[in-house]
Amino acid sequence: MTTATIDTTDTTQKTIAEAGTIDINTLLERISVLEQRVAELEESPAQDLENQVSLVVFSGDMDRAIAAFIIATGAAAMGMDVSMFFTFWGLNIVKKQKVYTGKNMIEKGFTAMLPAGAQNLGLSQMNFFGAGAAIMRKLMQDHEVSSLAELVEMTRELGVRMTVCDMSRELLGVRDEELMDGLEFGGVATFLGDAARSKAALFI
Amino acid sequence: MATEFDQTLDVKGAKCPMPLVKSRKAINDLTVGQTLRVLATDRGSVADFQGWVKTAKNIELVAQETVQENGTDLYVHYLKRTS
Repeated sequence: MTTATIDTTDTTQKTIAEAGTIDINTLLERISVLEQRVAELEESPAQDLENQVSLVVFSGDMDRAIAAFIIATGAAAMGMDVSMFFTFWGLNIVKKQKVYTGKNMIEKGFTAMLPAGAQNLGLSQMNFFGAGAAIMRKLMQDHEVSSLAELVEMTRELGVRMTVCDMSRELLGVRDEELMDGLEFGGVATFLGDAARSKAALFI
Repeated sequence: MATEFDQTLDVKGAKCPMPLVKSRKAINDLTVGQTLRVLATDRGSVADFQGWVKTAKNIELVAQETVQENGTDLYVHYLKRTS
């Protein structure tokens, strides 16, 4: 071990000697600059990173939504800022009702076929036309796991930022009155503005 | 009260992310210190521009306002090129 250390020192000395042009004052100057920089960095360990987690909720599957909302509530409970961005099928989770009036044929079809609200979602696997989801809800109840609807409510109580992708909302023909209250409307930069400063960003 | 600007970009009818993409291009054509006024009908653009300036190095969001035009909301953004 000791030999190894001496070897390293020798190599370093050799390198400096070989360079020839570096004098002691230049080195001292460099060291003081580096020390100053280290002190600066220590003052603000994560300069641009906030204690924040950002999630894209793309999926409208019940199981994936549960994962997203457990992470969101968990992070919020840990004191982190949480930003959730709902896009495409993820919009189904934050619907509170279905509205048909004033919609065209395609929009009505989408409204009829897509689930509205956390309690009406299907599983990504073993759904069996909703039977699987019903069994899962029963299992969660038996194991005293918070239901998805409860988790959604909890994120709102914890002050999680919830943004809806306005472009996909329009595309899927979802009206404002179909969505839960207290949601923001935004786009890709709304998410990226949060995600770029987050310690973790997830796509679910 | 009215915010001063040097150029106007009309992105009415454009949907996310086009208002941003076109604004980015337009800002690159400005000289440093100039301000771009963006006219958008995309509701998401309000939060989008706020998100953008959080990460952008050379843009300042000077002001944002919502005005009525022909019965619809028009979102006006003022972006200044800072470097």
